[in-house]
Amino acid sequence: MQSLGVLEISRRDLLVASAATVTVASTASLSHSQTNAPAAPQSTKTSFTVNGERRELQLDNRTTLLDALREHLHLTGTKKGCDHGQCGACTVLVEGRRVNACLTLAVMHEGESITTIEGLGQPGNLHPMQAAFVEHDGFQCGYCTPGQICSSVAMLEEIKANTPSHVTGDLLARAEVTPAEIRERMSGNICRCGAYSNIVDAITEVAGRKV
Amino acid sequence: MRAFSYERASTIEAAAKAAAGTDGAKFIAGGTNLLDLMKLEIETPTHLIDVNRLGLDRIEPTPDGGLRIGALVRNTDLAADGRIRRDYALLARALLAGASGQLRNRATTAGNLLQRTRCPYFYDTNQPCNKRQPGSGCAALGGFSRQLAVVGVSDACIANHPSDMAVAMRALDAIVETVRSDGTTRSIPIADLHRLPGDTPHIEHVLERGELITAVVLPKPVGGKHIYRKVRDRASYAFALVSIAAVVMQDGTGRVAAGGIAPKPWRDEAAERGLPNGAKAVTAKLLANAHPTEQNAFKLALVERTLSAVLAEARG
Repeated sequence: MQSLGVLEISRRDLLVASAATVTVASTASLSHSQTNAPAAPQSTKTSFTVNGERRELQLDNRTTLLDALREHLHLTGTKKGCDHGQCGACTVLVEGRRVNACLTLAVMHEGESITTIEGLGQPGNLHPMQAAFVEHDGFQCGYCTPGQICSSVAMLEEIKANTPSHVTGDLLARAEVTPAEIRERMSGNICRCGAYSNIVDAITEVAGRKV
Repeated sequence: MRAFSYERASTIEAAAKAAAGTDGAKFIAGGTNLLDLMKLEIETPTHLIDVNRLGLDRIEPTPDGGLRIGALVRNTDLAADGRIRRDYALLARALLAGASGQLRNRATTAGNLLQRTRCPYFYDTNQPCNKRQPGSGCAALGGFSRQLAVVGVSDACIANHPSDMAVAMRALDAIVETVRSDGTTRSIPIADLHRLPGDTPHIEHVLERGELITAVVLPKPVGGKHIYRKVRDRASYAFALVSIAAVVMQDGTGRVAAGGIAPKPWRDEAAERGLPNGAKAVTAKLLANAHPTEQNAFKLALVERTLSAVLAEARG
């Protein structure tokens, strides 16, 4: 059983060694924080409303709205894609407006109202946009879908509010729902499966236009 | 991301004072650029001052017929404002050509002006970059420089300014209003806000420590045809290779600023006097001191062709 003995010794050594490493590391970080780090607290108590429910969290200031939703409130419908505002998978509604949840800090949203895909509709009680995505097969792997749906719901509201887009011909005319407008306005939501044409169909149907 | 403390500023003066008095402090507004850079540890503030609730989110008429745009007016709201669409269509068009719907909903007027370059070597912390780490060198000069600047550059830096909005504001002679940490205010013509890189590419603008942009003022409308033409690698949600912001009057005179080609919105009032004679002469003067790389020399021809297309559109 010599080999087992060696194994046990090395395991014990390993544990001792790692404990020592941890001790050294924490001492180092303690002295670092005593000399350099700002005295002000690095976490903040934050409360906001998510899908109609008031939530209060003590959060490290670094926590993005996306991580607060996913890691702290376990609302994992909102997806993390690029985490840099390039893909749109994390799109949620803040005070009714679509934003990239990865590029905003949770602490910045004190008192605000946030809607995620879970708040738009649930199984058996789908939001019309969710139903239309299913009906038109507006996805393949589905990873970008919650972001696509949140984005498209808010995007149609932007058109209703007469917000122009890059492809709007006349800035003084009323904004319209056309396939070109939908494509331009949804360019912040990437679908690497390439379900774009079905996504446009789903949105067009919800907007009350002929597909 | 490095740890930081956080405060929500309640007055403009307190925000400016806190920023000047705290080592490593930065303002945060929309955060769409700052947080991106903080995640990569290119920006490492130790204290963030949230200015989102300072009430700087209104667009108001000025006594001399212009508009004062609050620093925190979101890009979406500025582009959608009826007065901007009617009298400053150039600005609405430039805003709508930039970023995505989600980003425009958060990005602010002041933040857009102060956003950092998207030079790939500024973003790659494994590469030398004089802007990110002064004195380390410029990897872009011998690297992938297709997107980068051709005028206003130096041996230390060829990064370009990524904003569309700022190019339109340069053509419209916008004035940037600020509050300094001692409570005094000043007005900076947008032409003077950004600095050229020279030997100090890490210093990008003339704002002092703690100085906060409170508004951007547009002079009274000048009329004319407003055209913003952006040339990019995909039709939406991409930075400009070249952009042209032009106001063209009935007699062919007008104003031209170019984006995507320089460390700041690029305009030459002497060059644009040649507008009635066409794009060639204007471009030659506008780009007289260009120092392109092999990879981005195509931008010189692209500026002339884009301006030519804009002038054709203006003639209708």
